[in-house]
Amino acid sequence: MTDTADTAREAPTGPSGRGSGEHVVTVTIDDRAITAAKGELVIDVAERNGVYIPRFCYHPRMRPVGMCRMCIVDIDTGRGPALQPACMIECSDGMIVSTGSPATRKAQEGVLEFLLVNHPLDCPVCDKGGECPLQDQTMSHGPGESRFVEEKRHFEKPIPVSDLVMLDRERCILCDRCTRFASEVAGDPLISFIDRGNDTQVNTFPGEPFSSYFSGNTVQICPVGALTATPYRFKARPWDLDEVESTCTSCSVGCRVVIQSSRNQVLRYLGVDVDAVNWGCLCDKGRFDFEAVDSSERLGGPLVRDEGLLLKSATWNDALGRAAASIKDGLERSGPDGLAVLGGARLTNEDAYAWVKLVKGVIGSDNIDAQLGDGLPAEAVLGLPAATIDDACRPGGTVLVLGPDPKEELPVLFLRLRHAVLNDGVKIVELASTATGTTPLAAHSLRYHPGHALHLMRALLAPTEAEDEVAGVAPEAIAAAASLLAERPVTVVLGRPNQAEGARSIAAAAKLINDAHPRVRFLSALRRGNVRGALELGMTPGVLPGRVTFRDGRDWFAGHWPTVPETKGLDATGILRAASEGRIDTLVLLGADPLADFPDRDLAERGVAGARTVIACDQFLTESVRQADVVLPAAGYAEVDGTTTNLEGRVSTLARIVTAPGTSQPTWTVAADLAFRLGADLGLESTEQIGREIDAVAPAFAGLLHDLAAPGGEDGVLVSLPARRNGETPDEPVEDPSAEPAAAATDPGDADPETTEPGPTEPGAVPGATESEASPAGPRPGIPVPDWRVIDPPLLDAYSLRLVVTRRLYDRGTLVQHSPSLAGLAEPATLRLNPQDFDRLGIVSGDDVRVTSSRGHVTVSTRPDAAVPRGVAALDANKAGGRANVLIDANTPVTDIRVERP
Amino acid sequence: MSDGAKHVPSILSTRWDLADGHTLGRYLETGGYEGLRRALSAMTPDEVTEEVKAASLLGRGGAGFPAGVKWGFVPPGVFPRYLVVNGDESEPGTYKDRVIMERDPHLLIEGALIAAYAIGAAQVFLYVRGEMALAQERIAQALNEAYDAGYVGQSIMGNEDFSVDVILHWGAGAYIVGEETALIESLEGYRGFPRLKPPYFPAAKGLYMQPTVVNNVETLADLPWIVSEGGAAFAALGAEKSLGTRLFTVSGHVNRPGVYEVEFGTTTFRDMLYGERYGDGIRHDNRLKAFIPGGASAPWLFEEHLDLPLETGAVGAAGSMLGSGAIVVMDDTTDAVKAAWRVVRFFARESCGKCTPCREGATWLERILRRMLDGYGRPSDVDKLLDICDNISPQITWPPKQTTICPLGPSAVSPIASAVMRFRDEFFAYCGGGEITVPVHGKAYLSTPPAVGASQ
Repeated sequence: MTDTADTAREAPTGPSGRGSGEHVVTVTIDDRAITAAKGELVIDVAERNGVYIPRFCYHPRMRPVGMCRMCIVDIDTGRGPALQPACMIECSDGMIVSTGSPATRKAQEGVLEFLLVNHPLDCPVCDKGGECPLQDQTMSHGPGESRFVEEKRHFEKPIPVSDLVMLDRERCILCDRCTRFASEVAGDPLISFIDRGNDTQVNTFPGEPFSSYFSGNTVQICPVGALTATPYRFKARPWDLDEVESTCTSCSVGCRVVIQSSRNQVLRYLGVDVDAVNWGCLCDKGRFDFEAVDSSERLGGPLVRDEGLLLKSATWNDALGRAAASIKDGLERSGPDGLAVLGGARLTNEDAYAWVKLVKGVIGSDNIDAQLGDGLPAEAVLGLPAATIDDACRPGGTVLVLGPDPKEELPVLFLRLRHAVLNDGVKIVELASTATGTTPLAAHSLRYHPGHALHLMRALLAPTEAEDEVAGVAPEAIAAAASLLAERPVTVVLGRPNQAEGARSIAAAAKLINDAHPRVRFLSALRRGNVRGALELGMTPGVLPGRVTFRDGRDWFAGHWPTVPETKGLDATGILRAASEGRIDTLVLLGADPLADFPDRDLAERGVAGARTVIACDQFLTESVRQADVVLPAAGYAEVDGTTTNLEGRVSTLARIVTAPGTSQPTWTVAADLAFRLGADLGLESTEQIGREIDAVAPAFAGLLHDLAAPGGEDGVLVSLPARRNGETPDEPVEDPSAEPAAAATDPGDADPETTEPGPTEPGAVPGATESEASPAGPRPGIPVPDWRVIDPPLLDAYSLRLVVTRRLYDRGTLVQHSPSLAGLAEPATLRLNPQDFDRLGIVSGDDVRVTSSRGHVTVSTRPDAAVPRGVAALDANKAGGRANVLIDANTPVTDIRVERP
Repeated sequence: MSDGAKHVPSILSTRWDLADGHTLGRYLETGGYEGLRRALSAMTPDEVTEEVKAASLLGRGGAGFPAGVKWGFVPPGVFPRYLVVNGDESEPGTYKDRVIMERDPHLLIEGALIAAYAIGAAQVFLYVRGEMALAQERIAQALNEAYDAGYVGQSIMGNEDFSVDVILHWGAGAYIVGEETALIESLEGYRGFPRLKPPYFPAAKGLYMQPTVVNNVETLADLPWIVSEGGAAFAALGAEKSLGTRLFTVSGHVNRPGVYEVEFGTTTFRDMLYGERYGDGIRHDNRLKAFIPGGASAPWLFEEHLDLPLETGAVGAAGSMLGSGAIVVMDDTTDAVKAAWRVVRFFARESCGKCTPCREGATWLERILRRMLDGYGRPSDVDKLLDICDNISPQITWPPKQTTICPLGPSAVSPIASAVMRFRDEFFAYCGGGEITVPVHGKAYLSTPPAVGASQ
């Protein structure tokens, strides 16, 4: 599993839709008549039919270049057999291919001998040894011995091309895979061929390291040991590695990965090629944050705050006892509403369900929020018609980015969008207050004034009415972007573009386009790994597991749970506000660090301090966890089994391969133990059993286990689609069995009116519900989308700048900071201002400035950045040297700041 | 060639003997820009193309593709479209284009303008090899003169519908950039790698992905005469498919190396090597050992081929090619191993590095030969050389098959295959297989001392 080409499960068509035409041709490969789509490459057709043609440069996800010449075979197109590269030749009718002819074998042996001429053959000390296509194909297609007696070409042994990747040019066979990936796929053409002839080498340009978010992919696709990743170098031999397939949860894209470990230590992640999601790619954060799994900072046992107010080691029994006692006290004092839970977006679906069952079903509180005030109202995520990544990338569509920069927060989604823009005619309209990493891809990138997203959306939907600037955007730009929206199906990549800008105007803008546009769907761009699953399973106020409202689901869940909350509870902001006012007795933090992540630091501090008891379930002693009274160590990624849900609502499996440190436990067991100590029984005993209960109880998840076990299920199963409800298996209504499950339902032109106009529904009206007796007759999933009340932002006064706070891939987040290879990549906080604003403010680039808002102040250094419009100041969230969330007031729609010399 | 041969007009070399032939004043005095004037005043672009087709003008860069036909590949209605002049003359032994650019730059400019008129291009990119300092200077001077006099730029010669800008571009010194798609990459500022064909046939998707015609300097320099005198007059010269006149460069062990304009298709190699007006015999009256008929990438020919005409088909049938018209002569003092090494070293250095067989194979061949010359050859090396050649160019046939994208790979094979097959004994001699039998009358064209001392 070293090579995405090898791990591609089904590759009947290439990435660019090659061979998707309807014309069928018959070719003969090694005396077998084979039908192929016209235009398919010989190398693909042969492989699909069990004939492996050796190759180095060819990669099904990149354009063929025909450089290595290894795939040369005898191809006869009517003019007699001729040696031609199978990766370049498209099948044509009557073509005769011979992959084993004497001429073919001579040529292939010749090429392999050439490749080995200058290869150092240092396999015994090479990380690639044992999983090396050059080794393997030398054995299968090589001449057996070399006749080369001259001195080999020499280069300085591995040189760093970036902080993460080392390049050994002696091992390099110049296949162009890494360089092509960098320029063609990632769009970071920072490595290139230099010099000529036998001196040709891959290298970076002087003074410009290969600092790409996707550099690790080049290591994975390198067919030799030329590119190695510093976190893995010399750590293991491939044959000593255990491996298991899982899903990356570093962000919510949900890339499929292989986790490899040796001696109970995770050593490497590799991307798996899943057609619907990641195409074999991973971002560097997702690939290298495995170091955090084995971090020495991991919590190994429970901690309890003693009377001297110090956190001291404790037994699980004592810690859980203390936690249960606090909860019981709180319940006696203030009833269920005194309990609140923050976090859960990093947990598995099973963890999330167990906690929701404890909090909502046993205790009866609805104060639970998996988001930390930095996302969107759950109704916008769950209620708007959902799109898949494939929907967004479908040719001919428009992607409206109204959310965080995909490149920084959801990097592999960025890769998919980039491919769609460059190859499939997809157009991006970006609404952002500063230029982002995605801006170069956008057909139109509209710089709206922070806080005015709704105004801009209104203008985009009725462009003829706009004669003046709207939200700072010129009418011509609005008209141009509006035509792209009006005439094509639209996928909105919806998230929070700016932490310093209220979520409600974004949600209202989304509702506006949903109501106005006939063909629009939404792809949530929330960052945390399982935030979608947590919301789907009810880790948000007003929602019961399986995307049902209290009104629709109360009766159903009353039949499964001891209780159901009476009224809708508090979201993260509400919880922290209530806690700061002394109304929360017990605050549970499930892998949540509100002090770092909640946009309003002041409120977070007061909230955490104001809760009577704080119970934290976490892997690390984060800033917030340090404030807790009871700390329970959680088993984490690669240590637990289960499932996770990506931003599309695609459920895929998580797998355990190492044991958790110390006495860490899966988070769901804490819920089960606490329930027991509170005198109840969750009835949850294992991950599998929780999975079965989710399947049986949570309507949107009905039938999930069946689908996960079905062929193709390992690539994930969508639970976000209307077609899934009530156990209706998605492949039943789809006529073409080869089509992607539920593809028909995802067609933007075929939007289910029930989802766009949610309301009370009749369970009996659902197709499939009455036909199959095995299907549970639960409520149908669906969350109504409310009309959000939006406060217009105040006018910007002449002395202030309006703040934009966005996240970067590398920040002070837990995973990055506990992965030594990544920690150093997080740059310190810098206030970025338009170059023209420097004079006005009387400051000089690089100066430390004092930034003051109504909420607080920080001192940070400054840098001019033309990506930032005048009147706007951009600051990264959660960075060292200046916490942006100190400045933000969660109550206001925008944050205005003053910038002064200290 | 006897002096009684029919009169052959000089098309390309009329101004070479004039000290000021490169100036606009002299050019106009000697009939310059009359072809352009005629084209603009009396002919439609299509008529110009038809005239060139009637002339059967084959491209003079080496591949010999009919120029008029090439123009016809430009898809109609797609603008802008470009004319690119390939002045990256790099084939060892070839220096005809350099002489045109140095001695008669206006002829090239006029030809380029006629071509631009015919194909409808408003921009001409003139790519001159980086090492040709004088040619660059002369072209630049000539272009300034032409702009000032209204022959280039807005409303050329008062013709409001015809405006052409000529953009000069100096190469950076890579042989591969003589290949037209690599030249386009280089013009765009990228590394000179050949593009993949299909889809990047320049006529359809060339410079900046627009329709582009790439023509050789000599090809364009023929145009003023063809337009003035008519395509039929051009086609009346020459033989078989090789019509008109053509420049041949003769170099190596002849008494009078130089560039000679001859009637295409009728003149023989013997004329070129021994004719008084041309090579004027082998130096010191030595015997001929071998000659390269069409640039370093062509297989060698020998004494028995001397009476072949300089005609594309005839030379092809003999197993070689006329290529860029560069005849390199080796007399019998030449060390075949050294000569082969010298030629293959060029290709090993100039391989662009893209295809494995060329990149690794050419260098390996070079290093085996170097090792032989250093006295460490083994008899098994001789067959190994041929087998490596076979892995680059299967079966070592002519025209060559290739395991590479472009013909640079087989180019490295030709000299070695020729030398090894013909002078096998000399190779064995270097490998301890016997005395080295090359008589040494003086320095070979190699700069290092001749081979006698190298006998092991």
